[in-house]
Amino acid sequence: MKRTLTCIVCPLGCTLEAEVTNGSVHVTGNTCKRGVAYAESECIAPKRVVTSTVRSQSGKLVPVKTDSPIPKEKISECMKQINAASCDLPISIGDVIIEDIFGSNIVATANVPI
Amino acid sequence: MIDLVIIGGGPAGMSAAIAAYEAGIHNLLILERDEKLGGILQQCIHNGFGLHKFGEELTGPEYASRYEKRVQELNIPVKLNTMVLDITEDKVITATNAEDGIFTIPAKAIILAMGCRERSKGALSIPGHRPAGIFSAGTAQKFVNMKGYMPGREVVILGSGDIGLIMARRMTLEGATIKAVCELMPYSGGLARNIEQCLNDFNIPLRLSHTVVNIHGKERLTGVTIAKVDQRRKPIPETEEYIPCDTLLLSVGLIPENELSKSAGISLDGITGGAKVDQNRQTSASGIFSCGNVLHVHDLVDFVSDEAEIAGKSASLYIQKGLAQNVDIKLVPAGKVRYTVPQRITSEEEDVRIFFRVSDVVKNAVIRIEKDGKLLSEKKKIRVAPGEMESLLLSAEDVKGAKEITISLEGEQ
Repeated sequence: MKRTLTCIVCPLGCTLEAEVTNGSVHVTGNTCKRGVAYAESECIAPKRVVTSTVRSQSGKLVPVKTDSPIPKEKISECMKQINAASCDLPISIGDVIIEDIFGSNIVATANVPI
Repeated sequence: MIDLVIIGGGPAGMSAAIAAYEAGIHNLLILERDEKLGGILQQCIHNGFGLHKFGEELTGPEYASRYEKRVQELNIPVKLNTMVLDITEDKVITATNAEDGIFTIPAKAIILAMGCRERSKGALSIPGHRPAGIFSAGTAQKFVNMKGYMPGREVVILGSGDIGLIMARRMTLEGATIKAVCELMPYSGGLARNIEQCLNDFNIPLRLSHTVVNIHGKERLTGVTIAKVDQRRKPIPETEEYIPCDTLLLSVGLIPENELSKSAGISLDGITGGAKVDQNRQTSASGIFSCGNVLHVHDLVDFVSDEAEIAGKSASLYIQKGLAQNVDIKLVPAGKVRYTVPQRITSEEEDVRIFFRVSDVVKNAVIRIEKDGKLLSEKKKIRVAPGEMESLLLSAEDVKGAKEITISLEGEQ
């Protein structure tokens, strides 16, 4: 089956043609190697980085992200866990707020003082 | 007297300050009106920043923090919560904050890095009442990402600029329903990857060649009427469609914030809305430089940082030994090229990268560079779009002896 994809790896946004035969993916239209990896993952098991905020005990918001892409179909479950979470301040970039959900950690993306 | 004052502590201001410091200017000061450095990046919590500068995908706050850390390491002085009220052509800055009251600073050089603001509903002239529930996309972004408030539950977005697309995804993740993203033009002004990951991932419809023609509701927005537009962008009455919603977000363009530049008598470019500059990013006022979104609106923060480095280095040269300005070569945009930055070149000694934006989506484009009416070179490009800034390099050789260099682009619509 042939699929047309828009690569989301960088702002170039290449249009990719991906053909899946017997579990292997043939990719054209990519400008770089990352496009091939993206198309393969998109055809077999699409993944996304999720970014959101976690409300700290004091009420201030802490921006967060998954420290690696998670399966696309788990995004809404991931958001539920992020919205149920809380943390204490101060917090630093990279601090883990939720460990190991869908193979990723939820980490802070800003330094937030008390 | 301070050697260099930088107005604005966002990505442009921080990058310019660091570049100037590293080039030897240590008597400098950043003035920032917010309580924190970082500018708009603080509320851009999504990823996608920094691929060019750092080779990795960062979120807005992470990108800002890399520069903030460097500003702190270098002990570059910063005044936060400080609003600049006025600058003069001879480089006297009037500013105010709660600690110092109103104060003036004479400077040897100034870098303008005030960024841009969003075009508002008033500038769009949509008829209807003025109910609650209409926000610019950036305001909604601040509410959701920094204050923790949801502006509404059922949303229509007018304009498919990147902030609108990013907010479509963000509000969906927080439980809202995005009923449609309407775009007046037949193409989106946003990046292709944002159409993919912000709209297509969540099955949000993008209605190209559509606009909002009426706003309903008195106290709170109850719905909008949208319609298809013809080739002249005029709404077609028989295509009107009512969409019930409680929120309308506007993502209809950004305007460089140049009130201070005007008060200094700096001459502005009618197309970019920013100052006219030379290759050093020096404005028409000697010793006043401009960079980032206050100069022209950028697609990527990485390019803002690059441009600010040029301004920072140039300002330090200006202070230390003066800038060589031995020629005045005009850069003229033509055909589908809407504008160029810089707008002029004042030295024949160096290669200059020219940034430009086009007016339409063009396929199989041919970019022509002409020197005083004679063809200098031609370059082909498969596709160009207004949402994506283009650039080309003029070598010192190309520039030598020219009065005017014309950059034009033609191709298939």
